[in-house]
Amino acid sequence: MSHGKFDHIMFKGGVHPPEGKELSNKCEIKEAPLLDKYTVILQQHIGAPPKPIVVKGDEVKKGQLLAESGGFVSAPIHSPTSGTVSAMTEIPGPMGAKMAAIEITADGKDDFESPFPPIEDWKAIDPDELKKRVAEAGIVGMGGAAFPTAVKLSPPADKKIDCLIINAAECEPFLTADHRTMLERTDAVLEGTAILAKILGVDKIVVGVEGNKPDAIETMSAKAGQYDIKVLEMRVRYPQGAEKQLIYAVSGRKVPTGGLPMDVGCVVQNVGTAVAVQEAVVEGKPLFERVTTVTGEPVVNPGNWKFRIGTPLSKVLELAGGIKHQPGKVILGGPMMGFAQKNLDVTIMKNASGVLLLSKEEITQFESDPCIRCGKCVDACPMNLLPGTLSAAAENERFDIAEDYRVMDCIECGSCSYVCPAHRPLVQHFKRSKAEITAKRRKQ
Amino acid sequence: MEIAVFAVVVIAVIGLILGLVIGFVAKLFAVETDPRIESVEELLPGANCGGCGFAGCSDFAKAVVAGDSEPSCCPVNSSENSAKIAELLGKSAGGENRKVAVILCGGDDNAAKRAAKYNGVKDCKSAAAVAGGDKGCAYGCLGFATCARACPFDAIEMRDGLAIVHPELCVGCGKCVEACPRNLIKLVPADAEVHIFCSSPEKGPVKKKVCSVPCIGCRKCVKAADEGQMTVNGFLVDVNYDNPPSKDVIETAKCPTGCLRTTA
Repeated sequence: MSHGKFDHIMFKGGVHPPEGKELSNKCEIKEAPLLDKYTVILQQHIGAPPKPIVVKGDEVKKGQLLAESGGFVSAPIHSPTSGTVSAMTEIPGPMGAKMAAIEITADGKDDFESPFPPIEDWKAIDPDELKKRVAEAGIVGMGGAAFPTAVKLSPPADKKIDCLIINAAECEPFLTADHRTMLERTDAVLEGTAILAKILGVDKIVVGVEGNKPDAIETMSAKAGQYDIKVLEMRVRYPQGAEKQLIYAVSGRKVPTGGLPMDVGCVVQNVGTAVAVQEAVVEGKPLFERVTTVTGEPVVNPGNWKFRIGTPLSKVLELAGGIKHQPGKVILGGPMMGFAQKNLDVTIMKNASGVLLLSKEEITQFESDPCIRCGKCVDACPMNLLPGTLSAAAENERFDIAEDYRVMDCIECGSCSYVCPAHRPLVQHFKRSKAEITAKRRKQ
Repeated sequence: MEIAVFAVVVIAVIGLILGLVIGFVAKLFAVETDPRIESVEELLPGANCGGCGFAGCSDFAKAVVAGDSEPSCCPVNSSENSAKIAELLGKSAGGENRKVAVILCGGDDNAAKRAAKYNGVKDCKSAAAVAGGDKGCAYGCLGFATCARACPFDAIEMRDGLAIVHPELCVGCGKCVEACPRNLIKLVPADAEVHIFCSSPEKGPVKKKVCSVPCIGCRKCVKAADEGQMTVNGFLVDVNYDNPPSKDVIETAKCPTGCLRTTA
């Protein structure tokens, strides 16, 4: 009952790049040592930026509120250690733009002061109370999108939710943070999932895991029965962990174009998010640290670490034993959807699932050529789009045509760019198109 | 013979009647036009290129006569013809208010470092979305010619990875201003002789690390110019375009990085 194999429903398209997970999937999660300084970016989520409530010179405890939620779609920020607020500064964010941040100089004591009491018996607590806790703890989607979790748990009254899906596909090559979390924190994942299910009031709970993690499936299945949770083995195909593809694999439902998972009665949460929810409720601990995979051929000791938010990438690489040789690329996230970085002052944020280094050979720099109309991108697109046509429209700045051809449905998974024999930067064209169309819609 | 005479008379009578009808209707439904519009239109190139922002030369002529535009706003017309139009209408050609675009960055590929290797879409807006672009300076010209492609008059040249406006070709339409993701392009009075070719608000040493021609905020030019001709904005000096200094200030200020200069 608690373990099902389910491979007859499968999204169309996708790709299967080399997994690269063997570099770090046997490495136990290690606690990163305390640093002297953390620089915590305020805007770590989609939505309104939080408002700082501390000023330079304030003494703070680990877990203390640094900035309060700035609106309905927003999340608060908590201190990663005890110490002093040494500066209100600006540091480069993962997208390159400078972002407001709070610098905490650690006092070395690492005193934890819970901003809210633990709730031992959460089963007896009102769901709204639990949802309030998720919001207060600053929990956001930790798979990458960083959408405030409490908002996802508050569907409008006319949308009936009947299915909670935990996204444990981890379909991005190289990343193993969720895999290790499932193996080492099985109870936390399952209990966090049960709490999420209680908040939503659903009884259909499925954890979807890709078949390339048999040990995680086994460990999770062994305990899932206690919580009435089903663990589902899914076929290994990228992007199996994309929200819409996952919903289709688990429930057979298709999210309509322009729609959200709640339109088909589903809510999807990430494994890391489930653990954060468990910690917030049961331990009274806000979200200020997360498990991140540091990997890639140039890394001396690839592995999985628990980093506090505000840890700079330079320190992250130092902890992983440094680098064997100058890498060709540093990516925050996975190789398919992650963001290339040019500055190691960029910090670990709540959604940093991985720090990936690729060697110069692995990222052979291609010149892009004109489209040869082979149609491989069409076969690969899991959203049934026409990437070639869309890219031609974007290249000629005809975003109106791109909009008609549904570029807004693109999930930016990168499958088309991966297969393109002309090495066209397809996803980059679509990102630009989406930004232009969003800007135009906002003007109207 | 008789038939021929009859035919001529009939045609003549019909012609006369129709002529009278037309003459009467023309009087009845006469449209009042300003004869000056036609005269102005004759002095325009008649290419209907739309460069002035109006729907063709006739539309522009109407706007000029109505006072909604100025004779010099036609980018194609010769200055003599613009002057003739101005004379005809008894007003100035508007040349003294002409605005041109200027790209306030001097960091070409020889002066400014590129911090990363970028081989994505050759477009500034796309490049700026990848880790903020490959340029070391987060405020500098990315050099992928998005502004040059947006310019309908080919007034922007790409030189060593830096966009440069040719003021004599620029008509001040402002299309490039919207195209630049770094907001480097300003519309300034055409008679402003000098500019500060830097837009980075960073501290001097930070700028020096990534570029050899930044404004380091030393204020030598502020002292050399008359009071109020330059404005200081943190670590960046701006020309006050309401009261711009003459190009003599370049001599006296001795800008240590050379970011204070003319467009040429």
